[in-house]
Amino acid sequence: MYSLARHEPGARELLMGNEAIARGALEAGVQFVTGYPGTPSSEIVESLARVAGEAGIYVEWSTNEKVATEAAAAASFAGLRALSAMKTAGINVALDFLTHVNYSGLGKSGGGLVLVVCDDPEGHSSGDEADSRWFASSEGIPLLEPDSPEEAKEMTKWAFNLSEELKSFFLVRSVTRISLSSGPVTLGEIPHMERKASFDTSQCISPYLARLHHISVLERLTQVSEIFEESSFNWYQGPLNPELIIVTSGVSTLYAQEAIKSLNMGKSVGILKFGTLWPFPEQFVTKHVSKTHRILVVEEVDPFLETWVKKTAFKSKNMLSSDFVVYGKESGHIPKVGELKADLVIKALVELFGLKYIDKEASYKQKANVVSENLLIDRGVTWCAGCPHRASFWAMKKALQKDGRDGFLTGDIGCYTLDVFPSGDKLTKALHAMGSGVGLATGFGHLSQFNSEQPVIAVCGDSTFFHASIPALLNAIHNRANMVLVVLDNRATAMTGFQSHPGTTFDAMGNEAPAIDVANLCRSLGCLVIITDPFDLEGTTDKIRQLLREEGVKVLIMRRTCELVRMREEKNKPYTVWVDAEKCRGEKCGFCTRSFKCPALPWDIKTEKALINKAVCCGCGVCADICPYDAIVRQEVV
Amino acid sequence: MTYGVDPLNLVISGVGGQGNLLLSRLIGRSLLSKGYHIAIGETLGVAQRGGAVMSNMRISKTILYGPLIPENKAHIILSLEPLETLRMLVKYGNPNVTTITNFNPLFPVSVLSGINRYPEYEKLKDTITKLSGAAFFMDATSIGLELGAPIVANVIILGGLIGLSLLPLTREDIEEELKSSFAPERIRLNLKALDMGVNTIKSYEKS
Repeated sequence: MYSLARHEPGARELLMGNEAIARGALEAGVQFVTGYPGTPSSEIVESLARVAGEAGIYVEWSTNEKVATEAAAAASFAGLRALSAMKTAGINVALDFLTHVNYSGLGKSGGGLVLVVCDDPEGHSSGDEADSRWFASSEGIPLLEPDSPEEAKEMTKWAFNLSEELKSFFLVRSVTRISLSSGPVTLGEIPHMERKASFDTSQCISPYLARLHHISVLERLTQVSEIFEESSFNWYQGPLNPELIIVTSGVSTLYAQEAIKSLNMGKSVGILKFGTLWPFPEQFVTKHVSKTHRILVVEEVDPFLETWVKKTAFKSKNMLSSDFVVYGKESGHIPKVGELKADLVIKALVELFGLKYIDKEASYKQKANVVSENLLIDRGVTWCAGCPHRASFWAMKKALQKDGRDGFLTGDIGCYTLDVFPSGDKLTKALHAMGSGVGLATGFGHLSQFNSEQPVIAVCGDSTFFHASIPALLNAIHNRANMVLVVLDNRATAMTGFQSHPGTTFDAMGNEAPAIDVANLCRSLGCLVIITDPFDLEGTTDKIRQLLREEGVKVLIMRRTCELVRMREEKNKPYTVWVDAEKCRGEKCGFCTRSFKCPALPWDIKTEKALINKAVCCGCGVCADICPYDAIVRQEVV
Repeated sequence: MTYGVDPLNLVISGVGGQGNLLLSRLIGRSLLSKGYHIAIGETLGVAQRGGAVMSNMRISKTILYGPLIPENKAHIILSLEPLETLRMLVKYGNPNVTTITNFNPLFPVSVLSGINRYPEYEKLKDTITKLSGAAFFMDATSIGLELGAPIVANVIILGGLIGLSLLPLTREDIEEELKSSFAPERIRLNLKALDMGVNTIKSYEKS
């Protein structure tokens, strides 16, 4: 088996972008690693956690991204090299601290501090496709962006060196198509790092007084700029006098190269590729862009490069000639939404050069669409067989129906997010960010003063409870909101791959850890706390109804281990379940399959009755309680 | 390159939990050790909850390509589920594409709950055949069941791909890779699965 920390300089390895970033950190001598899980970033911390013992480093999953960057910064202040990794949504959480630590710098003997942020153009696994490059320009943070796993490793390493030299943290930006893509990487040396942590107390690392520190940020950026202007991560490839230059960075570089190759335009179109994005290397741009008068900026989501290329052009006399044009998002040649691929760059070039491009597959596409039209159904997603959430949402649906006051759920980020997907129950009526279900409920829970009678249930998971729900809960209690907080406690950060959190009995490195009990914590705040097993559908429904009628903040903990975790630990089925075909009303009813939507409870087209798929069924037995005709039978496995 | 094209574009598709990712890793590592430039783009979504999973592989002797295959430019589609083969054909197919499908229909949630109907199997097979330059169907999940482990369906279908000699890889190359990727007690089963795949596809070629 392969280990990411193995010492085998020169070996070629197929690494996922996130693994390459982790390897780069190891090759830079990282000693302290923090983060909060979130696709597409999770594997960076995860793969470092796996080799923590072997590499002699410390790795933690922090409570949230702000705490993660603070903990990593502390290690840096004490002279160690530290890394923190998160997805774009997480950098929003951390930004308060990041803005200030950028002003303060890392102190006299600070170790290199690198922050990796993974954007998700197309929103494959996110509620946004926000572009984190703007943070670099708005806050004055040096920013690097790799075009491949190989470059991701090299850049991470370089970022550590620069950060330590300039006493400023560096931002490395990745995207889904780098982080979750794999490519060849040449392994380098892993230094034997045995730095002793020591915090020099003769100094105070702080952004106060802000004005002076702002000046030092700008001075530092000037220094960084000089280094970036010379960086080999920025290059020009193409003819001496191109008819057009494509300005690009990151994974879009590969799409641009492919487009030029497939159109056979290597003699007329050049590529100007950036690896250092902020401070923007203006001289480098001016030097190369003056070779032509036509520019096409190829980048995903926002016109970041486009904005700065245009600004640079405005400052440069030779680029201000009347026939100098920058094409890109504003001109409509490159989409402003979603991720790119080679096809889109080809389309832009064809349009700009007025080429006659014949899509060889046009008739095939048309035929494929016609013959598959009535066959292609959406795959959809749903909770796993045996998932506690299916039972929890069932009970909440019943309770809200019986309550009859048009109550609703405010949701959170995790497996329970599937409730708003096409095949979900859609009880959740507002769903935004980590912990926002509770925050929204503190507002909804105050509307009775304005004649609202609708009750609100805030839903969070165990990991999101710790991440960002606690401040909102305190707010609700102190300001006397009326709400029910449902904590779906499944003992796992299930959606992102079962990482540890403050409620688990183990930490990121697999060591035993003190688990914080959500129920005791809430009781200590003075809330009414009830614990229920969601598989007890009737009991849980009654408890929700009771809590909806009580004043103040009530906490209902629906406790049941994630089925994927339970199966791994226990490897048994509690019940044997079957459908009594004589009792099943079939097409006259259809209630169980259409409402409960368990993958182990399919509809049998031939008999037009429900059926248990024994290969998929986990034997939770909950479906036996929902059949109105007692046609689903469960028998305890002894 | 065996197939004579550069880059060679291979799509591997299926449903969460079927072991697609293992296939792209095995093929990728084998080709890397032979000096090829490999880019693999994975689209996972919320795969663990029964969603569609897809890997795009770009294989080249000369340069590293981007991790996404352009529309309708796949040379091979290797799929662990027939509805997903069809989905990939619409997106990446062309008159010359070779498809290898594990004919093991897995029902989407809307079908399970009786809202939609899964396409009739024969109709689905015909449509895949019509849209492929060459279409191969295997019942890898049943073969896996005979071996006592339906989970090795992915390695059986990989055997199918190797048996057709569409990639510059031999059975021995994959054997070597399997040996370094699996725990010792799993190697024999997986090698057997690989051979079953190779032999099954070769028996089609003869017939």
